[in-house]
Amino acid sequence: MSTVSTHPSAQSSTARYLVRTRTRLSAVAGGAGLLAVLVLALLPLTASRGLLQDLFYLFTMLALAQCWNLLAGFAGLVSVGQQAYVGLGAYLLFALCLWVGLSPLLAIPLAGLLCAVIAVPSAFIVFRLRGPYFAIGTWVLAEVFRLLLAQLRSLGGGTGMSLPREVTNEAGFVAWTAELLHVRAPVARDIASYWLALGLAVLTILLIYRLLRSRPGLALAAIRDNQGAALSVGVDAFRIKLWVYLAVAFVTGMTGALVYLQKARISPDAAFSVLDWTANVLFIVVIGGIGTIEGPIVGVIIFYLLQSQLAGLGSWYLLLLGLIAIAVMRLFPAGLWGSLAGRFDLHLFPIRRQLVLRVGSLENGPATGPSSHKNPGGNDD
Amino acid sequence: MTTLVDIVLQGVLLGGLYALFAAGLSLIFGVMRLVNLAHGDLIVLAAFLMLALTRVLGLPLPVAALLCLPLMFAIGYALQRLVLDPVLGKDILPPLLTTFGLSIIIQNGLLEGFSADSQRLSGGGVETLSLPLGGGLAIGLMPLLTFLAAILVIVALNRLFYATALGRAFRAVSDDPEIARLMGIDNRRLFAVAMGLALSVCAVAAFFLGMRSNFDPTIGPARLLFAFEAVIIGGLGSLWGTLAGGVVLGVAQTAGAALNPEWQLLAGHLVFLAILVARPRGLFPRATD
Amino acid sequence: MALLEISALDAFYGDFQALFGASLRLDTGEALAVIGSNGAGKSTLLKALTGLLPARADAIRFDGAAIGGLPASEIMKRGIAMVPEGRRLFPSLSVEENLLIGGWGRTGTGHWSLESLYRLFPVLKERRHSPGTALSGGQQQMVAIGRALMSNPALLLCDEISLGLAPVVVRDIYGALPAIRAEGTAVVLVEQDIVQALAVCDRVICLQEGRVTLEGEPADLTRDAIQRAYFGR
Repeated sequence: MSTVSTHPSAQSSTARYLVRTRTRLSAVAGGAGLLAVLVLALLPLTASRGLLQDLFYLFTMLALAQCWNLLAGFAGLVSVGQQAYVGLGAYLLFALCLWVGLSPLLAIPLAGLLCAVIAVPSAFIVFRLRGPYFAIGTWVLAEVFRLLLAQLRSLGGGTGMSLPREVTNEAGFVAWTAELLHVRAPVARDIASYWLALGLAVLTILLIYRLLRSRPGLALAAIRDNQGAALSVGVDAFRIKLWVYLAVAFVTGMTGALVYLQKARISPDAAFSVLDWTANVLFIVVIGGIGTIEGPIVGVIIFYLLQSQLAGLGSWYLLLLGLIAIAVMRLFPAGLWGSLAGRFDLHLFPIRRQLVLRVGSLENGPATGPSSHKNPGGNDD
Repeated sequence: MTTLVDIVLQGVLLGGLYALFAAGLSLIFGVMRLVNLAHGDLIVLAAFLMLALTRVLGLPLPVAALLCLPLMFAIGYALQRLVLDPVLGKDILPPLLTTFGLSIIIQNGLLEGFSADSQRLSGGGVETLSLPLGGGLAIGLMPLLTFLAAILVIVALNRLFYATALGRAFRAVSDDPEIARLMGIDNRRLFAVAMGLALSVCAVAAFFLGMRSNFDPTIGPARLLFAFEAVIIGGLGSLWGTLAGGVVLGVAQTAGAALNPEWQLLAGHLVFLAILVARPRGLFPRATD
Repeated sequence: MALLEISALDAFYGDFQALFGASLRLDTGEALAVIGSNGAGKSTLLKALTGLLPARADAIRFDGAAIGGLPASEIMKRGIAMVPEGRRLFPSLSVEENLLIGGWGRTGTGHWSLESLYRLFPVLKERRHSPGTALSGGQQQMVAIGRALMSNPALLLCDEISLGLAPVVVRDIYGALPAIRAEGTAVVLVEQDIVQALAVCDRVICLQEGRVTLEGEPADLTRDAIQRAYFGR
């Protein structure tokens, strides 16, 4: 705990300690993050289509990973059934575009919203299951969604269907992109999807960051650390967990919709694949570090590198991913980022509240006080 | 009327298979509060192990199946000691993620070793025999044997739990692991024995699964879900409840399939969810969880 | 040679140190009372002794061997049995099963068996098929003591066995101690009830804030000295 500078920022207070979450590093990281997003946003001007498609995938996986991390790492809701909302969002996009004739740009948030609505009765059911049973319960729910949608002949039934070109290539925002950058429609579609995915990932991160620094975020940490104690100080664990579950369904649904707008072809088995939308996401979070915002970012980069190098190996590749995940969990339970952050006390997205001694009372004690709650899984020693 | 009786009859017998899937899952959760997400894949692994023993070593199927009991016990024992024990603790996340990773590893290992082709254990014609009951009804020999095996396994596990020193130790560890250690019980060894036992039960389940239907490396997760549903429908902590849960699930699936072959799985899942809403503690809950 | 020798034992709960260089010695068959107020480190001492808390190997010597930090199940097999604070019977086991589980790690033979325990506590024989937790507090305490005796230990550790029990029940429980000591078993009694403890023990030590502040034979200790050691000042 050495990165916290000791000069107080709230001079008016006469208290000996200050509560703060910002660190000098986080301010630098914020600036660097802004610059990175700017560069990424301008990337379509020079980058190849292949790279943009790869990054599109990376951004969507990042959004999913952040969502799962919030759910499991912060709210303690370990779900292995988030593919339910990826698939549902995707199918809702198809339905809204084909049946209602909505523009995809409108259909994506609406699909997310409808996912959140459907998540209400779903939560009512799966929240009856505790701890590890909750995990399998969410999986059953995803299976139910998959089997139900496979019955829907008008959306392709069990074999699936494709989006027509007037939805994908001729949508308004694709045409706008084509005109802006003077590119052909298929290229414009890739670029537009890329921007949407980038925006989605950035917004997801900012949203979660804000949530974790807010009062409900503090309550979430309290529940995770000690549910009994949190309840006794008036934290409504059920309500907060429910809101997290719904918010995650919303973002996961939007991500699913965006992914399948870009794929333009859907089938129940693919859209509700536990491997694609849960196993891979879990891998990303576990590798990077559960319970931190930085973790999934690190994880998705490692995942992308591994996949681009090894995906050709087929089932060996997946076997290897499983082995790596188990080994990392065993050797670095806090993940790669968590271990680094623990060793060097790095917090790019500081969500811990730290007590900082005011300068005036330095003679009475150490420069920094203890943090009010522990970093999940991190080594504070 | 005959169809209705037939549906119930076939459903009940199918429930025996689901109870066999569920018994091991239930045992593990009871002793060490671990939910093994690789449970279904371990059943499939046992089925492939039998297949390999018959194909590669040329053993007769009954011999291969019997040999699988100690083999799966050894695999379970080693798995617990080397992989699962180190991640067991207050936090439920590490064991869940580890067994989930294990599930991926087993599936893809089997895909690599045996390809994605459907397989079947061949019993030399036994699997097609059936007993006529009159009135146009008949029950297959294998489904009947499966059901009897489920009853036998449950009786055996109950005797183990309630009439042996080992079973006492299992219950003591489950009640209060810290005090159990003060009684001279080595929790970790006991957990490993429990996992070994559970995987032996998986081998029994695998034998009947492989004799009754096709299997391939990817069907594990679905078996996990059936096992889980049987446990929850029956109510945690009672093996007879689990059998009842398996029967409910089996009848629901058979009835769904009779209406429309595509509705078999859906009907089972929906009945499960309905029971979860109506009776969250299952049909036969024990006084304490 | 001493049966048990604890020397300069430190014990920690995470970062919190609960014992500071505690030392004590116990001979075969001896009864020692460990007194002290809440949080003085009495239970910590027993936890370290039974292997529930880590300890330096040679800080605890039992029967000549360094046993500090061994697994709890291993220490129990060497002949140290514990009656835990709050009894902690196994709820899903019957009275008789609770007793039997105490003999799980039994290595040698000795006086104590189901039969001899039912002679010591006849009421347990009547209730032997009830769930352990269905019994009254005093009866549960008898089960807890019997459970520990089933392994025929050389050393019996009792953590606050009078806690929460009516005085008349406490007298019954303490009435069993002579029979237990008659088999040559050494006893460590951790107690807040000083009068009770001093009456049955050969020696007494007092802990305060994790340190041994007093040691002696009950007859030699004045009320004043005990009070000073107990509360400080």
